[in-house]
Amino acid sequence: MYVVVSLAILITMVLALVRALRGPTVYDRVLAVNMFGTKTVLLLSVIAFLFGRPDFLDLALAYALINLVGVLAVLEFIQTKPQKMDAADHD
Amino acid sequence: MIDTAVDILSWMLLFLGGAFVIIGGLGALRLPNFYTRLHAASLTETMATILIFAGMILQAGLSLAALKLAAIMLFLLLTAPTASYALANAALQSGMRPEARNRDETL
Repeated sequence: MYVVVSLAILITMVLALVRALRGPTVYDRVLAVNMFGTKTVLLLSVIAFLFGRPDFLDLALAYALINLVGVLAVLEFIQTKPQKMDAADHD
Repeated sequence: MIDTAVDILSWMLLFLGGAFVIIGGLGALRLPNFYTRLHAASLTETMATILIFAGMILQAGLSLAALKLAAIMLFLLLTAPTASYALANAALQSGMRPEARNRDETL
């Protein structure tokens, strides 16, 4: 049962990696990496139940924390200064 | 009897979560522009998280593992929309506009 879910999560992680490699803009890559990190948390939690080792839940919690901080740091790094919005953009 | 019902319910939740994960992954790969891909990816980060973690909490019963699972789920549900918002905000401020090419045709 858990094997099916972990296989689904693994397939999605491969798809996210393909999007991270192909992504036309840098935001696509950040999106794919963020998605990959969230799927890693899910996969660690499912593996904890698949192998009957509840210690993996602590790893999942720590990885969730690291993932959020990492994505926000990368966004802060690549973010450009806010541009002046044209009047035409407010419609 | 109750155990069987709880097992079936949690298996259904896990299967649905796996299906949502696959759908979101396909959407993040195949949809045409950035904002639609963001929509598909954030679908997997909230709905699939709720479904999969609810199924595993049902399997865990009343234990420390269930508490940890609930904590991880709560944390993911708080942070994943925050990351999506920050990503969309950064993309919008960098000048990437959402396209609405077919808006007149669909009206």
